[in-house]
Amino acid sequence: MSFLKTAAAAALTVAIAAAAQAEDMRKVRIGTEGAYPPFNYIDANGELVGFDVEIAKALCKAANYDCTFVVQDWDGIIPGLLADKYDAIIASMSITPKRKEVVDFTDKYYNTPARFAVQRGDDFDLTEGSGLDGLRVGVQGATIHEDFVRATWPKAEVVTYGTQEEANADLVSGRVDLVMADSVVLQEGFLKVDGGDCCEFFGLSYSDPTYHGEGAGIAIRKDEPELVEGFNAAIVEIRNDGTYKSINDKYFEFDAYGAE
Amino acid sequence: MDWLWELIGQQAQAGCMAVQGGFVGLMGEGDAIAGNFCRLMAGAWLTVKLTLISLVIGFALAVPVALARLSRNPLLNWPAVAYTFYFRGTPLLVQLFLLYYGSGQFSPELRELGLWRGMFREAYFCALLTLTLNTAAYTAEILRGAMLGVPAGEVEAARAYGMSGVKLYRRIVFPKAMRIALPAYSNETVFLFQSTSLVSLVTLLDLMGVARDVISSTFRTFETLIFAGLVYLAISFLIFSIFKRVEQHLMRHLKGAGGGEGQSAAGGTKA
Repeated sequence: MSFLKTAAAAALTVAIAAAAQAEDMRKVRIGTEGAYPPFNYIDANGELVGFDVEIAKALCKAANYDCTFVVQDWDGIIPGLLADKYDAIIASMSITPKRKEVVDFTDKYYNTPARFAVQRGDDFDLTEGSGLDGLRVGVQGATIHEDFVRATWPKAEVVTYGTQEEANADLVSGRVDLVMADSVVLQEGFLKVDGGDCCEFFGLSYSDPTYHGEGAGIAIRKDEPELVEGFNAAIVEIRNDGTYKSINDKYFEFDAYGAE
Repeated sequence: MDWLWELIGQQAQAGCMAVQGGFVGLMGEGDAIAGNFCRLMAGAWLTVKLTLISLVIGFALAVPVALARLSRNPLLNWPAVAYTFYFRGTPLLVQLFLLYYGSGQFSPELRELGLWRGMFREAYFCALLTLTLNTAAYTAEILRGAMLGVPAGEVEAARAYGMSGVKLYRRIVFPKAMRIALPAYSNETVFLFQSTSLVSLVTLLDLMGVARDVISSTFRTFETLIFAGLVYLAISFLIFSIFKRVEQHLMRHLKGAGGGEGQSAAGGTKA
């Protein structure tokens, strides 16, 4: 009997230890779009890669989370979070007051300006208010870029796309005259790659806090403040221990984090 | 004519804004549906417009295609077979993307041919062309089946009266085939109407496009899709009832007769 008791006690101890370890390694499902290079996209091998993905992995390691990725279209990315299909969105999502009504955000993990791309040699009047009269501007729908273009150039015809790649394709073919997006997204995901030779940056770098906000953060459901804190601490940690810089330097020739 | 359309558009817009004002008053300022009511209605109008135009042009195309399908001349028959096979055998989404993004790849060539500005450049044109070609293929098959279904005895009788060629088709085969085709054609119309929702994927703001837009700015997925669904349902109901009326009209000579050629109409009464 005493052998059985010991065995039972041992089994219990193991179970508790396992439970404790599982609690240590909190499981976190991360939603991302997978169509926004170089931040998050599916590579030729079908693997989810990119700056967001690597930062997400580094943050999970720093915060001791056991992370898995879920790919979700941009349209449904916040509804998916609210529906508990994943616990955090790490998909270059800009922190905006409108989104903050629905979800919580961590501090920013990067902040880069918005720019136009046009076909090489094209020249347009970008006077705020009256410029871009009758011209077509392609943007990804429901993004800060859409809001910014609509408000800044009310005479432009805004064409919205599901993904940035579709907007770029229509700039190449000439269906739209300009596209506006994040500078890095345009540079890395479009202008630098094959098929992007047709086009170039145009105009200024735009960084209007009203629209472009505080940068990209991690969106989390409002009832999980401890997850926000965990990620915030992890962002500070990877900034300090050089992990951020080593990932950053793989992708960009400047610090994507922006102002401290 | 343009000024007339513009006037109608302005009046519709003003009327809609008044209704929207009422809804917003009723539902509160932040309501996703009430606050976007006019945009959703404008989307529904585009949906109806796409359906109607592609239906009319598609039908006009379907008649010659169906006749070519029935022809024993391989020069007529083969292209018609290939055309209907492709458009019935591939997903509408593939056809739409092929025409929209595919044509974008050949924009320099299309520009040279003068087929770019006002045509392939416009998402509206690409969507309309795809829907038209798609429904024409299905309608052609429906018509072909219906024409094969015209009883041989009736054709024989017509020939005995000395009718042939165009006259035979115009007086005997087409009217009869229309009656046989009607139930299947009403289905095709509703399918086409619902398929138009795919055009939202090539930047068009049809009912589904506006609904997606509203969802991504308000995050109210459930209410918005329920509302869009109800609008689709209402219009589908309208289409069914129109077809029911047409069917009653075409079958009026059979009223109370019972039996006879009634079997061809049996599948027609859906409601």
